Amino acid sequence: MHDMSAHPAAHHAPPTSFIRKHIFSLDHKVIGKQYYALALVAVLTGMVLSWFMRIHLAWTSAAIPGLQLLSKNGAPGGVITPEYYLQLMTMHATIMVFFVLTTAPFAAFGNYFLPIQVGAEDMPFPHFNMMSFWVTFTAFVVLISSFFVADGPTLGGWTQYAPLSAVGSVAGPGQGTGVVLWATSIALFCVGQLLGSLNFIPTTLDLRAKGMSLMRLPLSAWAWFITSCMGLTAFAVLMPACILLILDHVAGTSFFIPSNLVISDQLQPHSGGSTLLWQHLFWFFGHPEVYIAIVPALGIVSHILITSMRRPILSHRVVIYSMGAIAVLSYMVYGHHMFVSGMNPVSSLAFSFPTLVITIPNTIVVLIWIGSLYGSKLRITTASLFALGFISMFVSGGISGFFLAQPSIDIMLHATYFVVGHFHMVMGVAAMFGIFAGTYFWFPKMTGRMMNETLGKIHFWLSFVGTYCIFMPFHYLGIAANVRRYSAFVDDYLKPLIPVHQFITVAALVTGAAQLIFVYNLIHSRFWGKPAPDNPWEGTSLEWSTPTTPPPHNNFGDKLPVVYHDPYQYGVKSSTGDYVMQASPEKVVTLSEEK
Amino acid sequence: MATTVHEPPKIDPNRSPDRQSPDLGQSGNGGWRNLVPTDGDSHLVRDYSPPPSSTAIWVVLFAITMMFAAFTSALFVRKGSSLDWRHFTLPSILYFNTAVLFASSITLELSRRRVAASAGGLKAQAGGPAGWVFATLSLGLLFVAGQYVAWLQLRAEGLYLATNPSSSFFYVLTATHALHVLGGLGGLMYVIDKLRKSLLRRSTMDAAARYWHFMDVLWLYLLFLLWMKL
Repeated sequence: MHDMSAHPAAHHAPPTSFIRKHIFSLDHKVIGKQYYALALVAVLTGMVLSWFMRIHLAWTSAAIPGLQLLSKNGAPGGVITPEYYLQLMTMHATIMVFFVLTTAPFAAFGNYFLPIQVGAEDMPFPHFNMMSFWVTFTAFVVLISSFFVADGPTLGGWTQYAPLSAVGSVAGPGQGTGVVLWATSIALFCVGQLLGSLNFIPTTLDLRAKGMSLMRLPLSAWAWFITSCMGLTAFAVLMPACILLILDHVAGTSFFIPSNLVISDQLQPHSGGSTLLWQHLFWFFGHPEVYIAIVPALGIVSHILITSMRRPILSHRVVIYSMGAIAVLSYMVYGHHMFVSGMNPVSSLAFSFPTLVITIPNTIVVLIWIGSLYGSKLRITTASLFALGFISMFVSGGISGFFLAQPSIDIMLHATYFVVGHFHMVMGVAAMFGIFAGTYFWFPKMTGRMMNETLGKIHFWLSFVGTYCIFMPFHYLGIAANVRRYSAFVDDYLKPLIPVHQFITVAALVTGAAQLIFVYNLIHSRFWGKPAPDNPWEGTSLEWSTPTTPPPHNNFGDKLPVVYHDPYQYGVKSSTGDYVMQASPEKVVTLSEEK
Repeated sequence: MATTVHEPPKIDPNRSPDRQSPDLGQSGNGGWRNLVPTDGDSHLVRDYSPPPSSTAIWVVLFAITMMFAAFTSALFVRKGSSLDWRHFTLPSILYFNTAVLFASSITLELSRRRVAASAGGLKAQAGGPAGWVFATLSLGLLFVAGQYVAWLQLRAEGLYLATNPSSSFFYVLTATHALHVLGGLGGLMYVIDKLRKSLLRRSTMDAAARYWHFMDVLWLYLLFLLWMKL
């Protein structure tokens, strides 16, 4: 309840001490950048883990120099054991899903730009906002610390299916302390995200500037708002699930462990628990989580595309309604992750139908983008390229979703690389492209310097082609019945597929290395980039109306903006060119088509 | 080239300032917003939004509701799937605790009404409401102590956290609720602090009261659930 009545308009003066300015900052902009930095560290960690896995999959007996230093037992002489492969896989997925895909597009950009886009001076509860980041940071430290405990991190996969996640170290290395650390980390992460939602929702509803009606919010602000509502529901369910899992470990309860369970010839002392209960609780969070990763990207990409194509989108409202529909439907489809769990086939049907239905709002958004792009004079910037790349990934990954939505096909494909290809494209890489687009687009506002566009475009093309080289063959492997979660392919029917894995590994190493161009560009531009003007992309929303770049401590200086227009007044006649900013009282003169 | 000219937007100079409470006055602070459509129709739309603490408390209550919904569904599934569920009688002190929590809601409501009645701030009015908040604080502490006694009684009966799923759920649900009550007590201390410095906003008091009453309702629900299922 601390600081419940914090006054948003004059609640804190600019900080003077180093700690308040850069570490325990109350400023939403600094907190946004802290989230971004955390996501950057996390994504590089997760990427290196994926390299280890890919090298092992392609050249199973190859030693990775230095890996034995990370785990003597897991990688003796640098060669990954099957258990260690699963531990790397679990950590890769957990780091990427939670600390990258949730943190960067939602917490980082949302924290930085939501208050500015709605025309507020800060979030309403800056202390909670600061806690939100530091709790998330602690969660990351706890997760990473599991690399350094006796038998390493958990190997249970990011879904931590019970009962093997609940019985302790008898289930394998990392299933004791590793799982407890994992569950503690995720429970902390949930607290951090709930504190985030606690700020995002009142910011959007209550702190909008004069004239900023809900329908005048830019699509990115809408996306963050919808995501925070989803996060509120999803993380509030995952947290109790993690608490019950921890209790099964440390207190001897039997929430998830059934009777008469024998593991490694040992009868487990627990009885009566429900293994499916964990799956239900987990996926009730887990599916909305997919959209928590992707909806901010939908908003960011819409925002960038509209700015780049210099004309309004076909329907602003329909995009908002579609994102809302996705949010609502995301809670009704979670059972499609459980088609092979032994669930009643009627339930499978009940979950299959909304899964197919949720493609409709997604398709509508994509069609609106493509319809709006058609015939437009798109300004090719790195940001707009990544936005286009997002559409490409989202569609390519989404199409395989149609297959998986049907239980009869999913049962065949569920345990194969087809699913791995599907979710990496539609959720992982698509959201990453959204993050890249947002970075290239907003970097000038966040740092006051421009990023190098040439390097950015090289980064885009290498990433775009590289990503397809990595993840398209996954679908082929899946159809060829290449099972996932195996650390080596020794079966006769899998051996002919190893060259495909080798190709993917090379592509992954090259694409991963290409990300170093991005990191270089990010760091170099931060210090030595060309100084950025206030409105480099000629955008209309409020983040481009700040008196300085980067914005001052209270975002808008002495005077809060007044909003006069819908967010995207492009393709009009005005004193500034072809756009009228939201905060400009200038009248809008629309050019109708010349016929 | 055909052009459509829209009227420049206007802000109605006659908007009634008297309807702006000092709390809600400024834009960007959840005040009245004057929406000025661009389509030439410059009619004034009044769009009222509450102070952020009011929205935030609903966000908090929603998250807590979801959390207990998850626990409840876990209880139903766990009970439905097992043959080892052992029924036991709830410790009778829980009913006393219920009465204590209920009384604390009444005292807080008395305090809230006093705060609400002293319009436009709380100068010189701090004495009245603060006493009732202290009463609420004491009753809240008594409630948590009572819950602790209930756990001791169960222990005396040999029912520990891991004894049976029914006792597991009892401890998990009551402990989670007690933690939220303790959080509420922290909030009340914040309220007292602000009250003493005459800085308490009505919206803060309302938010604290809403949270506290919700703890009450949540406890009634949990008691009913435990009474029915254990």
